[in-house]
Amino acid sequence: MRANASDAVTPRRPPPVQPLGGGRYGFMLVLVVLALGVLVGRIVDLHVIDRTFLQGQGDARTLRVESISAHRGMITDRHGEPLAISTPVVTLWANPQELPPDNIQRLMLAQALGTDLNGFNARVERYSEREFMYLRRQMTPEAAQRILDLNLPGVYAQNEYKRYYPSGEVTAQLLGVTNVDDRGQEGLELAYHPYLAGTPGKRRVLKDRKGQLVRDLHLLREAKPGGDLVLSIDQRLQYMAYRELKASVAEHDADGGTLVMMDARTGEVLAMANQPSYNPNNRAGLDPRGLRNQAIVDVFEPGSVMKPLAMAAILESGQFDRDTVVDTSPGWMRIDRYTIRDVRNYGELDLAGILEKSSNIGMSKLVLQLDDPLVADKYRALGLGQSPETGFPGEATGSLPAPVRWSRSQWAALSYGYGLSVSALQLASAYTAIANDGVRLMPSLLKLPEAPSGTPAIDPQVAHDLLRILEESVQPGTGARRAGVPGYRVAGKTGTVRKTSSEGYQEDVYRSVFVGIAPVSDPRIVTVVMIDHPRGGEYYGGAVAAPVFSKVTGSALRLLDVPPDQHDSASSTP
Amino acid sequence: MALVVLTRAVRGHPVRPPESGMVRRRGLWTRIHLDPWLLLMLLTLMAAGLAVLYSASGQRLDVVIAQATRFGIALAALVVLAQFSPATLYRWAPVVYGAALLMLVAVEVMGDMGMGAQRWLVIPGIIRFQPSELMKLAMPMMLAASLSQRELPPRWRDLLVCAAIMAVPVLLIARQPDLGTSLLVLCAAAFVVLLAGLSWRLIAFLGALAASALPLLWLNMHDYQRQRVLTFLNPESDPLGSGWNIIQSTTAIGSGGVFGKGWLQGTQSQLEFLPERHTDFIVAVLGEEFGLVGILLFLTLYLLIVCRGLWLANAAQDTFGRLLAGSIVLTFFIYVFVNIGMVSGILPVVGVPLPLVSYGGTSSVTLLAGFGILMSIQAHRRLLPR
Repeated sequence: MRANASDAVTPRRPPPVQPLGGGRYGFMLVLVVLALGVLVGRIVDLHVIDRTFLQGQGDARTLRVESISAHRGMITDRHGEPLAISTPVVTLWANPQELPPDNIQRLMLAQALGTDLNGFNARVERYSEREFMYLRRQMTPEAAQRILDLNLPGVYAQNEYKRYYPSGEVTAQLLGVTNVDDRGQEGLELAYHPYLAGTPGKRRVLKDRKGQLVRDLHLLREAKPGGDLVLSIDQRLQYMAYRELKASVAEHDADGGTLVMMDARTGEVLAMANQPSYNPNNRAGLDPRGLRNQAIVDVFEPGSVMKPLAMAAILESGQFDRDTVVDTSPGWMRIDRYTIRDVRNYGELDLAGILEKSSNIGMSKLVLQLDDPLVADKYRALGLGQSPETGFPGEATGSLPAPVRWSRSQWAALSYGYGLSVSALQLASAYTAIANDGVRLMPSLLKLPEAPSGTPAIDPQVAHDLLRILEESVQPGTGARRAGVPGYRVAGKTGTVRKTSSEGYQEDVYRSVFVGIAPVSDPRIVTVVMIDHPRGGEYYGGAVAAPVFSKVTGSALRLLDVPPDQHDSASSTP
Repeated sequence: MALVVLTRAVRGHPVRPPESGMVRRRGLWTRIHLDPWLLLMLLTLMAAGLAVLYSASGQRLDVVIAQATRFGIALAALVVLAQFSPATLYRWAPVVYGAALLMLVAVEVMGDMGMGAQRWLVIPGIIRFQPSELMKLAMPMMLAASLSQRELPPRWRDLLVCAAIMAVPVLLIARQPDLGTSLLVLCAAAFVVLLAGLSWRLIAFLGALAASALPLLWLNMHDYQRQRVLTFLNPESDPLGSGWNIIQSTTAIGSGGVFGKGWLQGTQSQLEFLPERHTDFIVAVLGEEFGLVGILLFLTLYLLIVCRGLWLANAAQDTFGRLLAGSIVLTFFIYVFVNIGMVSGILPVVGVPLPLVSYGGTSSVTLLAGFGILMSIQAHRRLLPR
């Protein structure tokens, strides 16, 4: 073989190996190993040194913590009747980036959503830079499923709950409402939101780049459903009270009204109705005045209904007894530079007569003989000017002026219910002292496990006497006779208060008030009725508010299975 | 120290001239001209590669079957090429090179548009073919043939000839534009010259020349190529665009930890966060699912293949075989280095697959054909008298 081929001739076979090459292979191997070393170094760097960061980065791309809606607790009345319940709904949303550009599919979607294609396209256009838009919130699961069945890309569902109020406008202001995100906005829904809402659960999921759920990794926290709230309300009484209040407000063309019925033994609110009201299930065209739970958040000058409470202080002072007679003629009197009037000249009245005739002069004369601010102290002991502590959002404390440098006229005014303001709820609570042997009960909107002990506020004997006097003042022949309830002995006091405006007391604009207790033999309920600005002739408490009390109390006593305690009267149950 | 020993072992000529008058008994493997060790390692690599590919492709069996089919074709190419004696290759080198060059020109003139670059030569209905792949083998063959006729180390005149042989195809491929392949062809050529014993001073000089040519290279790059380099230098500059690949792949690798998340369990790769995950970026899947250990195992396998290849190359009995074999092995390693370097973010993104693991047919055929040549050089050596 030609081992050393010349350059000139192309050799048939490759020339044999020449020296010099060997070292190069070793050198190349070293280079290869070095290069591998660099790679390994980098890989180790990524795996070990940057690992935590990169793993975090990796997880950040795929791991998502999703929240699971918790079922909001139910609100029920004292017998477990549902007043507010959460029903499952489905909210549909879309990722505008993923929605099909094709108009036929969009038309299907728009029609299913009940909109037209142009409107829908305009909305998608508006959100085109985003990755989230609501399609329709809170649909029924069936309706949502029909849209999901279209299988359009970019359309997603989210399970939520929607609040439904079976009793609608009847309990609207008391319960309040939740917003579309299921957060309490008003009323008890707001007050007890943390309790009702529960704790949303969390789960960790794996999602791919398109945001599709790939795997449910694990539940971080179970959704803890909210607690059920049992109110003191009795739904039957509530319906009935609301119906009567609404009828009265309509009948008298009044601006509104409120009614509080309280359990005289426990302070539990059995019914709390307001007019105007609204339908919490459909808030379209809502009258904002209807949102106010006037019984708790609104205060008014109570007027004559305060006289029995002032009378408690007068009787307790020991300076007078039931036989004390006061001369109220000539039907008016001057205190300082003010003139006080009675409706007419009642002449001489005993204490019962003062309450029955509702004599401002009689009250004033008695009070002005007291040395200490006993009336104001009594009012305070009865909870006026103080928070009723129901926890209701925006509950009013009312105002009870501190007895500093009062003029005589202020003293007197306080005794017949002017110069202070109270809420209907406070008034009802104060009257429980008369109904409950002098022990006042704090109002409660929740059902109580047992009767609270209450706070003694009036001497038991005085309370007993007052109850009898108040019973007399609703007897036939009195101004409050229309408060009577067939078959039951009732006690009560009317009030007719001139409404104030920014210019002072208004002419011919009144509140008609009645506070009553029934049955007298063993008081079970205290009811406050207030009708705001009744029009059309009648405005006296005895004419407007008392009939509401009569109907409501009568029905309530029968519903509560209270045995009739009046058998001798001609007006007893037929 | 270990390196020195290893180097010695390679440097020492393992092949002694056969005892006079006596021919050693030829084993089965020699008779079919294959090297069992190298073949075993390659098959192991391909099997492991298919497993990773199954996961990386999103568990699509059809992709794996397509790849296995290509492996079959590539193995056939290996066996066939191993049957050609180095002498035959030596004789045909100029013809093969010439043909490859002609096809490159043809692609340049009438190339089919594919993937935004003109790389494919299509004979309709018969074959789609990348001439640049053929050039990966033709180039070192031609250079080795050319240099082996000269006295080594090569002199200036020889180098100029080499430069000419080298430059035309490399530039043609770079114009396609296919930077990755042109770099690989350039490397294949450079290795031949290096192994031929280029003087160190010249190497240093050429290195400096290359460095100074970088700005020139920059000016001649396509926009997307410049973008890749810029992205490489600072991937965070465009995290949602061109930086995405790198950020995602390093994230995937790093999140694997030491032992990985397990086969088919990688979140980045399985959840389609990782682009090109079954082709050029398959290492990221490997790293995420098998962790540091997995990558190290693969790297070890590659190192073994390279060692065995260099051993065979060094044992070749003629200069042509030695240079060609060395170049083939080292180019194989360049694939590995560039690919893993790119995926792990220390090299710019160049379209170089991970040999025998990434999905893609042409490169596996070329690579295994190269190993066929290597085995031919090994298996035929004893037939050659000294």
